[in-house]
Amino acid sequence: MSFLQRRRGLLPYLLLAPGLAWLLLFFLVPLYYMARQSLEEGTIFTGFEFAWNFQSYTDAIANYDEQILRSFLYGGMATLIAFAIGFPLAYAIAFRGGRWKNALLLLVIVPFFVTYLIRTLSWQTILEDNGWVVNALQFVGILADDGRLLATTAAVVAGITYNFLPFMILPVYASLERIDGRMLEAGYDLYGTRRAVFTRVTLPLAAPGVVAGSLLTFIPAVGDFINAELLGTPRQTMIGNVIQSRYLELTDYPTAAALSFILMALVLVVVLIWARIVGTESLMGVEAR
Amino acid sequence: MEAASARALVAPVRHRRLLGAGRWLLDQVLNLYAALALLYLLLPIGIIVLFSFNDPVGRFNFTWQGFTLDNWKEPFGVPGLEEALVNSMEIAALSTVIATALGTMMALALVRYPFRARAATNFFIFLPLATPEVVLGAALLSLFIAVSYSTGFTTILIAHVMFNISFVVVTVRSRLIGFDRSLEEAAQDLGANGFQTFIRVTLPLIAPGVLAAALLAFALSVDDFVITNFNAGSTVTFPLFVWGAARVAIPPQIYIIATMIFFVTLVMMLLTVVQQRRAARMSAVRPEPV
Repeated sequence: MSFLQRRRGLLPYLLLAPGLAWLLLFFLVPLYYMARQSLEEGTIFTGFEFAWNFQSYTDAIANYDEQILRSFLYGGMATLIAFAIGFPLAYAIAFRGGRWKNALLLLVIVPFFVTYLIRTLSWQTILEDNGWVVNALQFVGILADDGRLLATTAAVVAGITYNFLPFMILPVYASLERIDGRMLEAGYDLYGTRRAVFTRVTLPLAAPGVVAGSLLTFIPAVGDFINAELLGTPRQTMIGNVIQSRYLELTDYPTAAALSFILMALVLVVVLIWARIVGTESLMGVEAR
Repeated sequence: MEAASARALVAPVRHRRLLGAGRWLLDQVLNLYAALALLYLLLPIGIIVLFSFNDPVGRFNFTWQGFTLDNWKEPFGVPGLEEALVNSMEIAALSTVIATALGTMMALALVRYPFRARAATNFFIFLPLATPEVVLGAALLSLFIAVSYSTGFTTILIAHVMFNISFVVVTVRSRLIGFDRSLEEAAQDLGANGFQTFIRVTLPLIAPGVLAAALLAFALSVDDFVITNFNAGSTVTFPLFVWGAARVAIPPQIYIIATMIFFVTLVMMLLTVVQQRRAARMSAVRPEPV
């Protein structure tokens, strides 16, 4: 310890070293190997060889443009719906929750206490062809007699929305809850109408939470493949389904690796655009909650 | 003239009363909307608990057939389920301990010491959180393929520690900000050395944050399917077992285990809340700094 006290400047590096080493070795280095793999040529039978084969990227885009587009469409839709559902709920808990705030917040994260896959299986049960939801919708005529919910785009998007909804609610709640009531009073004192106070005081103050929430929802939503697999059909496959099956079932490593990078790059572009709009500080700060 | 000014005086009043009704309506709509949103969040959980008591016909547990307790008498009555669950618990426990230790050290370094490259380090730790899980899993598999390391228990453990570290750092860091350093100074004034100060003062003070991070890490580990699926080899964890089952048959036992995990987590969560309340009350008793 005396050595450390003499050289206090070293302490932060010593504290960081093991964790950073782990992340370097098992997050950054793997990305290097995946980059290499994406430029390889060959098949699992003939063996793969490194060949600066950029064709795997153009092929991946040409063959799977539909899935890439669909992933971002579904991810975007899920994020928007999660906002539409999550913001009013977070608002109600933050401003009407009173002494029940924490209990209500606990209800929001309760879905996380059940395994992701099983939550999705539960949706399968709910949306089942002979289930009460489909029967009820058929009875009132919203759904045709042979209409179904399972295996539709709506089911996949609803499933994705459901699974990542708490990621939207929690940061939005955190920033709404932190709003100083005096700010709102000041708004009313200055003859602001309810709507003006909401749009010009509450909303801007909640913005960092909304930004963090939409990122936390959007990123996993775009890469998701479980909802498309369990609630959809091949017509709803997303980029994650392709990566998963190319890697694990078809062992077409170059295509799968190239697709992974395309996905990562596109997601990073979205994140950077967001960061540009709101500043990295709020991005890193609110994501902590 | 007079009538006009009278109207001007009355109008805002009536306007306000109308607005009051509108406001009341708006409030009710908001409450109803929030209740429906909560229902949406909770419905699938209710279905899981309910269907764990189902007496299904055939291989899939999709339609309600009748109430039975038979399956609850044999929660592990499906081959392979118990082993998968044991694997999950072992991996979760080990990865939680490693990730919490490494992550807490990193959070301490990041919050308390101004050093060069802090912003870059922050960004680097944030990156895994901003990367889709498929990519994290696939990349790690690339590494193991490249170095010809066969995937299994160890590789799952490596993967879980990797994705948990960032979550731990973020959680502990948010609790460390606002930490009262004068308490540590007091300990050192009283003759404690750096190590004693850390063990007797710092660690007990940040313990709630560390505990929260550990709980989160454990939950994420038990829950993870995507990254595990890439790096599991022939080892089966609980989510992998469910995935395998989802394609051939869904025995009620899966919902039983899910129900059990759900209630255990809920109880642990409530205990933490109670413990934190008590801690908050105790710190409230502490005299205010003058």
